[in-house]
Amino acid sequence: MNDNTPVLSIRGLTLALPKGADREFAVEDVSYDVAAGEIMCVVGESGSGKSMAANAVMGLLPKGVRPTAGEVIFDGQDLLSLSEKQHRKLRGLRIGMIFQEPMTALNPLMRVGAQIAEVFEAHGKFNGRERQEKALALLEEVGIPEPDKAIRAYPFQLSGGQRQRVMIAMALALEPELLIADEPTTALDVTTQAQILELIRDLQKRRGMAVMFITHDFGVVAEVATRVCVMRYGQVVELGSADEVLHDPQHEYTRALLEAIPSNVIPESRGAERPAPLLEVRNLHKVFRSRGGLFKPAREVRALDDVSFTLAPGETVGIVGESGSGKSTLGRCVVRLERPDSGTLTLAGTDFSELKGDALRRERHRVQMIFQDPYASLNPRHRVGYAIAQGPMANGVPRKKAMQQAEELLEMVGLGAVAVDRYPHEFSGGQRQRIGIARALALNPELIVADEAVSALDVSIQAQVLELLEELKQKLSLSLLFITHDLRVAAQISDSIIVMQNGRIVEQGTAQEVFLKPREAYTRQLLDAIPGREHEAAMA
Amino acid sequence: MLYARLIVMRLLKAVVVLFLIVIFNFFLIQMAPGDPAAILAGEAGATDEEFLRQLRERFGLDQPMYVQLWRYVSGIAMLDFGWSYRQGMPVLDLILARLPATLLLTGTAFVLSLALGILAGSMAAARVKKPSGSIIMALALLFYATPLFWVALMAVVLFSVFLGWLPAYGMYTVGAGHTGFALVLDVGKHLILPATTLALFFMAIYTRMTRASMLEASQQDYVKTARAKGLSPRVIQRRHILRNALLPIITLAGLQAGQMVGGAILTETVFAWPGIGRLMFEALQQRDYNLLLGIFFFSAALVIVFNIITDLVYRLADPRIKEGS
Repeated sequence: MNDNTPVLSIRGLTLALPKGADREFAVEDVSYDVAAGEIMCVVGESGSGKSMAANAVMGLLPKGVRPTAGEVIFDGQDLLSLSEKQHRKLRGLRIGMIFQEPMTALNPLMRVGAQIAEVFEAHGKFNGRERQEKALALLEEVGIPEPDKAIRAYPFQLSGGQRQRVMIAMALALEPELLIADEPTTALDVTTQAQILELIRDLQKRRGMAVMFITHDFGVVAEVATRVCVMRYGQVVELGSADEVLHDPQHEYTRALLEAIPSNVIPESRGAERPAPLLEVRNLHKVFRSRGGLFKPAREVRALDDVSFTLAPGETVGIVGESGSGKSTLGRCVVRLERPDSGTLTLAGTDFSELKGDALRRERHRVQMIFQDPYASLNPRHRVGYAIAQGPMANGVPRKKAMQQAEELLEMVGLGAVAVDRYPHEFSGGQRQRIGIARALALNPELIVADEAVSALDVSIQAQVLELLEELKQKLSLSLLFITHDLRVAAQISDSIIVMQNGRIVEQGTAQEVFLKPREAYTRQLLDAIPGREHEAAMA
Repeated sequence: MLYARLIVMRLLKAVVVLFLIVIFNFFLIQMAPGDPAAILAGEAGATDEEFLRQLRERFGLDQPMYVQLWRYVSGIAMLDFGWSYRQGMPVLDLILARLPATLLLTGTAFVLSLALGILAGSMAAARVKKPSGSIIMALALLFYATPLFWVALMAVVLFSVFLGWLPAYGMYTVGAGHTGFALVLDVGKHLILPATTLALFFMAIYTRMTRASMLEASQQDYVKTARAKGLSPRVIQRRHILRNALLPIITLAGLQAGQMVGGAILTETVFAWPGIGRLMFEALQQRDYNLLLGIFFFSAALVIVFNIITDLVYRLADPRIKEGS
């Protein structure tokens, strides 16, 4: 299926980082080929340099990064030696690229059709009307519903998956020989991700393109890859066919990565004793209304629609669903950042949903939250120790004692007491999430709500943080409400699972029941969409 | 149609706001020290009580405050802004006579500062870290920091006194009796110095803002997408970066536009420009309250009108607003 003449050939590529970076080279002596008709997956964790080679191919290297050795051969010429003007002629015409964030990768002020037509314009092809016709045909090809309407839409009027389809249409407009896809599905829901992967595979087969697919997710690799290149610290650690790398990894780092993938193998359920529930949620409703005007109807979104469940002391309940399913609203209601419209939230006998003002402030410490984005959830101007001690201090603990506790907590989450005097930016994503956990624990909560707490992290870091959560839960006899869109993560940590869709609970049961014997079609659909599932089944 | 509804809604709100402003202004003036009747009488050389009483009676100043307020508000509703005791003319006529001069001056300055500011800002953004870019920014900072009246005086010294290129004051050559095209040319010549002086400050602000906003926009993902399409840097700069960077400029331009009636006092005074600013200054000195109130009203009305226009322009520029609020 591949004709062995590589479309792209990277030879001994070395890219130097500017002085003062945490290492000397972004990539060092990297060599691999991408042939027509194959999907080459470049896998690695953040900071591995996996996107850098792609940027060099496109001539879009960040400022300060420059090639110092090697060559990038495309169509017989070394791309590194091209002038910016020569490079520009290749971009979009013979090499297309799609990016990770479909939300921000399109110009918010331009209609979709105009943005696609721009590709033709950039390379002086066709006249105005032909460009629009071509754009329409492309939108149709990438499977956008109602393409004649979508062509006149602005990006904000489309969903994330649709925007990524528009990006793909743009990248493929001039039938490039090489498509570079930089984490194209990372920001998407699991079912959307499955559709986009299928689309890319499909188009690649139909057009016989060479695809360079950059990802951090081995599940995705198992879905699409013909060949795999594993990178770490800017170097290639393993290179081979998808079969070889996935089933018989030679390098220990590859093995570690593969093992770190949260597996579908569900842990044995841990003691089914059912004491009095710690948290009891009954008939919770929450409707968001966009305020209508005199002439405009108000819009209503049912974020929570008659949601009921219980959570026993020491139990972990996983809430899974796609974006817009209401899972985050549920979490925010439980910590009372949001006030439910109706229904009750009882925490060990206290009616949490009715608390207000001072009473709410007094009880707040009992439920704490760990947020998704470890970069945005810590104040960059506060030292870590202060960030952790703030909560207890607000509750009347003297400063000295609170700071001492902060040290102990940082020790407990594995960062060491010296971390108290440092600022958040000095820590990596995984470390910041540990700080977030310490901050939540500082208030001695009974229940912790973790909202996508590991979603922003690399797989190996993800595994470590999940382990820490599990350990702390045992040690401090905590209960955990774990909100995630990632079913594999939920499977790993939860005792019972709640599947949500459109604000309703679709299915709930023990982790075993839900994953192995799903009753509802929607749950099955979600499970089927997990990338790399067949691969894992084959491995088992 | 969405815009028609929006405009009607906003105009209705504007009427309410104007009404409140009128009332507020009225009380503000009432609280100001000084008795207009006493001043009038003083200038007439007569200080006897009887004359004062007559004056008060004639201008309704002896009535209780609520009667004065009612008369004033109901007058405005019929576009009657009262009588200027000092100038012996209806306030409306005085204002309308001066308004064109001011609008010509401030309007020219507005267009000038906006166009040149955005141009200089985009040039500086494209030449970041280059000497030419730094020079633009240094000039912008200089204009931003220099007091307006000083710039005005220096401009007069340089261009009128030394070089003799441009007239130093006034709106047209007195006694020349120009008509038609010659008049336009004459006014244009007189306009250059005050308009440029007035434009410099806002031009400096637009320059700085455009540059900052463009540098921020150029970091966005969609710019990388545009580059990946193979578009030329100029197209990317104009179509993707500048368009997105202009959104905050619109807000600022709306603010500047709102000051078009009252914001040129200094410039008009220095250049003896026969506009509203000078009228207001004189009215203030002479405690010509009705005239002051009238000018306040016109300024407020213009601010509101430009607020509405800004909102509409913003909606045209950014499609995301329509479905939002």
